[in-house]
Amino acid sequence: MIDWSLVIFTLVKIVIVFGCVMLCVAYLTWIERKVIAHIQIRMGPMYAGWHGLLQPIADGIKLFFKEDIMPRMANKVLFMLAPTISIIPALMTFAVIPFGDYTTFFGLLKNPEPMRITELNIGILYIFALAGLGSYGVVFGGWSANNKYALMGALRGSAQMISYELALTLSVIGVVMITGSLNLVEIVDAQKHVWNIVYQPVAFVLYIICGIAELNRTPFDMPEAESELVAGFHADYSSMKFAMFFMAEYANMITIASLATTLFLGGWHGPFLPPLVWFIIKVFILIFFFIWVRATYPRVRFDQLMKLGWKVLVPIALANIFVTGLVMMILN
Amino acid sequence: MIKPLIKGLLITLKYFFSKPITVPYPEKKVGSFPRYRGLHIIGRKADGSIKCVACGLCEAICPANAIKIEIGELEDGMRYPKSYVLDSWRCIFCGLCQEVCPVNAIVLTPQYENVAYKKEELILDRDTLLKRGDEVKI
Repeated sequence: MIDWSLVIFTLVKIVIVFGCVMLCVAYLTWIERKVIAHIQIRMGPMYAGWHGLLQPIADGIKLFFKEDIMPRMANKVLFMLAPTISIIPALMTFAVIPFGDYTTFFGLLKNPEPMRITELNIGILYIFALAGLGSYGVVFGGWSANNKYALMGALRGSAQMISYELALTLSVIGVVMITGSLNLVEIVDAQKHVWNIVYQPVAFVLYIICGIAELNRTPFDMPEAESELVAGFHADYSSMKFAMFFMAEYANMITIASLATTLFLGGWHGPFLPPLVWFIIKVFILIFFFIWVRATYPRVRFDQLMKLGWKVLVPIALANIFVTGLVMMILN
Repeated sequence: MIKPLIKGLLITLKYFFSKPITVPYPEKKVGSFPRYRGLHIIGRKADGSIKCVACGLCEAICPANAIKIEIGELEDGMRYPKSYVLDSWRCIFCGLCQEVCPVNAIVLTPQYENVAYKKEELILDRDTLLKRGDEVKI
């Protein structure tokens, strides 16, 4: 016998989360353009709506009605598959992220509902597995277009993602060791009094650096380096396929920021304000930081990037795990 | 290695909170300097007739060959331009016509909004230049 109320509740939650994430993704483009413009003492979009607030909608409509170009020599199946394979894992990660503790929707429900789609006891592994799948989108996109710039972008992207995913995963292990759980909800509950960033400052810095590299954002935007590779792996994409790559990038940005909030910044915990508001504030501070970094630093060279990944970040991550283990052993 | 990175971040943060220097053009205008060489006009005499005496000096000196004059003569022997065509697509706004004009008939004003939807609208004849002279303040 299926518990239909559970199914309906889950479906409603999926729809709400999907809608909010898509809205955030659309408005992140606006936020990014505005923040970068103000850092460069410009104004950014101003004409569509009040201070350009309707700009994402106008962009969406424009992209929707653009011609969908298929390169003649492209591998058609992979060319169609690549945007899909990059956006679906990006959206699937939101299934396990805990946005808040329990809510009654302002007293509408009798029993409080947890503010997450599902609770998985291997939540972190699930998210990293999906993030690993997302890099196939970059590889397929670059390979299938049959264009040397796109192929170069995909090549760089795969090398970068593999090397930085290692350091990203290793940086999280310290938190997992302290909490003793891979369940994101338990990790947040363990940070009720002291946030993990206090115990794991090095891991937090590593996580942010590797997160930016994993997102392929400046200063690590090797796969789409405009000045060298035109647009890298999505050089041949147009219309909604191009938009899907972009939505995936921004959705991944929200994922990395929410995971950092969950693992290091105490998730929904915070005084005075409701839990969901705290979660959103922390996520948006991190997203602002990502945009701020993009507006500040130039792109690093490819060999410097690999050197930084393998010779600096991975050893520091390993040392961090070692020290964490040592301190835990001494304290016990 | 970390210090310059943080310094860079602080500089960009400082600019983030400073006021943008962009001027939203059609709403607000920066304006031009008094000696800016913009739109051409031809002035009128006190009695309202055209100042130009069709001496042909501007036609001769124009480095871009933008001016074409057809000379006419009144009964009292005064010369006047029968037609005065200024192709402002060819014009390079050097201002030599203004300098060479003996009666200060052709003048480049500081007006800089010189746009049109059709190419023909920018080929200016005598009456257009006179009308512009009535509208545009020097």
